Amino acid sequence: MSAVIESHHGDHHHGPAKGFSRWLYTTNHKDIGSLYLWFSFIMLFVGGAMAMVIRAELFEPGSQIVSPEFYNQMVTNHGLIMVFGVIMPAFVGLANWMIPMQIGAPDMALPRLNNLSFWILPAAFGVLLSTFLMEGGAPNFGWTFYAPLSTEYAPPTVTFFIFSVHIMGASSIMGSINIITTILNMRAPGMTLMKMPLFVWSWLITAYLLIAVMPVLAGAVTMMLMDIHFGTSFFSAAGGGDPVLFQHVFWFFGHPEVYIMILPAFGIVSHIIETFSRKPIFGYSSMVYAIASIALLSFVVWAHHMFTVGMPIAGELFFMYSTMLIAIPTGVKVFNWLSTMFRGSLTFETPMLFAIAFVALFTIGGLSGLMLAIAPADFQYHDTYFVVAHFHYVLVPGALFSIVAAVYYWLPKWTGYMYDEVLGKTHFWLSFISVNLTFFPMHFVGLAGMPRRIPDYAMQFADYNMIVSVGAFLFGLSQLLFLFNVLKCVYYGKSATAEVWEGAKGKGLEWTVDSPAPYHTFETSPDLTKPQTNS
Amino acid sequence: MGQTKNVFRLLLITFGMFGFGFALVPLYDIFCDITGLNGKVTGPTYTSYNEELDTRSMKVTFVTLNNKNMPWSFKSDSPQMTIETGKDYLMNFTFTNTTAEPMVAQAIPSVSPGRGAKYFHKTECFCFEQQYLAAGESITIPVKFIIDPEIPRDISTLALGYTLFDVTEQFAYK
Repeated sequence: MSAVIESHHGDHHHGPAKGFSRWLYTTNHKDIGSLYLWFSFIMLFVGGAMAMVIRAELFEPGSQIVSPEFYNQMVTNHGLIMVFGVIMPAFVGLANWMIPMQIGAPDMALPRLNNLSFWILPAAFGVLLSTFLMEGGAPNFGWTFYAPLSTEYAPPTVTFFIFSVHIMGASSIMGSINIITTILNMRAPGMTLMKMPLFVWSWLITAYLLIAVMPVLAGAVTMMLMDIHFGTSFFSAAGGGDPVLFQHVFWFFGHPEVYIMILPAFGIVSHIIETFSRKPIFGYSSMVYAIASIALLSFVVWAHHMFTVGMPIAGELFFMYSTMLIAIPTGVKVFNWLSTMFRGSLTFETPMLFAIAFVALFTIGGLSGLMLAIAPADFQYHDTYFVVAHFHYVLVPGALFSIVAAVYYWLPKWTGYMYDEVLGKTHFWLSFISVNLTFFPMHFVGLAGMPRRIPDYAMQFADYNMIVSVGAFLFGLSQLLFLFNVLKCVYYGKSATAEVWEGAKGKGLEWTVDSPAPYHTFETSPDLTKPQTNS
Repeated sequence: MGQTKNVFRLLLITFGMFGFGFALVPLYDIFCDITGLNGKVTGPTYTSYNEELDTRSMKVTFVTLNNKNMPWSFKSDSPQMTIETGKDYLMNFTFTNTTAEPMVAQAIPSVSPGRGAKYFHKTECFCFEQQYLAAGESITIPVKFIIDPEIPRDISTLALGYTLFDVTEQFAYK
């Protein structure tokens, strides 16, 4: 069944406008999806360049190439950009492209809001990056911006940072409202909630998390702003405030935030694994319930980031056990992925390689998370490279690999051309080897006591740090191969079929439209109440 | 139409959660008050204890700290004293404004271990108000305190710490 039905109203023009104004004024979900994805791709190289500076400085002990002050700015901005500028916009871009196509909707529910929520994002990062050129330098207090380091002791540019976080938050909130409304109101007839593709489910839950916690982050930075400029004392002990309060407010946002960066990945990986296993996903409804329970649990575990601030034993125990509880729904997901692959007719195209690497390496990150959840052990691990290893394992071979996998998986649908499979596999193996080379030794130096966020280290960590730096440089260079492969696909790729992948038969509405997906899809809703003819 | 209603509801959640972020501030204080966490001590209370209660002797140490850029000299008469629980004691603290400008200071108390905070009662303390000192002026003020005999047996030492903050700017109008 071809769902693309061209309508022929006389005054209705089809296809995009020409030139830059197309992108500036567009309300088309595919255009906005592409804008989000290219934005995060560019920011990946900006944040990546900062990571390269960090690793060059840590290549050998002692002071190497940058001053400690600039090193702090690099660490802070690397974190902020990768979290708010790469992972989050990339997932929103994928949501824009895929959600309307997966639920059989013609576009997002609020297309103009969609345009606005994208275009304020470059403004936010423009503001943040402009602080590098200002007196006092860019924010240097870590991406977690603990008060009073970020209030009393901050460089004057902190006000620009606060403004920029406000804009990023507004963008995420508007995007989330749009996504929830689209999913709840615009599904094709017959697509009940429990028939929605898992990527749509994961985003529905993620969007609810976003509108629940981004306003709390906005509240936290507003309190900072008032402490700095309007003489309040939310976080200043001199006026009766409390710096520990900042950590509670921040992590009340921060922990759901880290799940915002992983839940959509669960959806993506589920689709890819079922396609290349040529089987339907194992345990669909348990997958949905697992995502929902992870999201609910994320609201009651925040203080496990601050075991060392001096909590009563009851608090330590509560946050320790609630954190460990998260391993159960996460384990359900991992076993469902393995069961989907079990006895499937597996093939290993690039998206599948990245998806399998996701399952394996994300699990390693999850296990180190369990170690960190043990409150007494955390007193040893806190603020060491073990923590750095943990969250990079869940964010790089976790979230980032899932985004790369999604790009390889849906790129032929977006562009109408196949990417170069040999280049793709080369990109995978280089990334897989270098990502482990980079982050695995960090576990060892962390357990041995190397503190994070310090530009220098003791002599005994020198060998491992050199290995880590070599791995990081290799990982950075491999991503240029990714960029090259995407560009090669867009300009010189071979034509792709509508179904693209052999296993994609009956795996979702997006595979029933042409490749490339026409500018307008599903202007008439596909009727899913009738038996499907395309599979 | 369901869509407008949905958007409205989602906006309501957004603003509600923004408010909740601020509501965390009083909630946090209430939580600390109830549990006595964070070494926070409550305002002036006068309690007298029955002599027949099971009293014991323990140590109280006094720590004085200056916050950054606070030039005053701030000291207690002695760094430590041995006391009996349930009895009134007194310790003198001396403040000296070492600068050539009049200044206002505020001392913020904290009791460690935090569990002991709710058994530590100050009946008179300079931390209940601000200190105004002219250039070079010096003043000695006592802290009167009493320790609840109910204090857990495993706490053998309580530390009373004061951090002195420069609040001249905030109180310049006084």
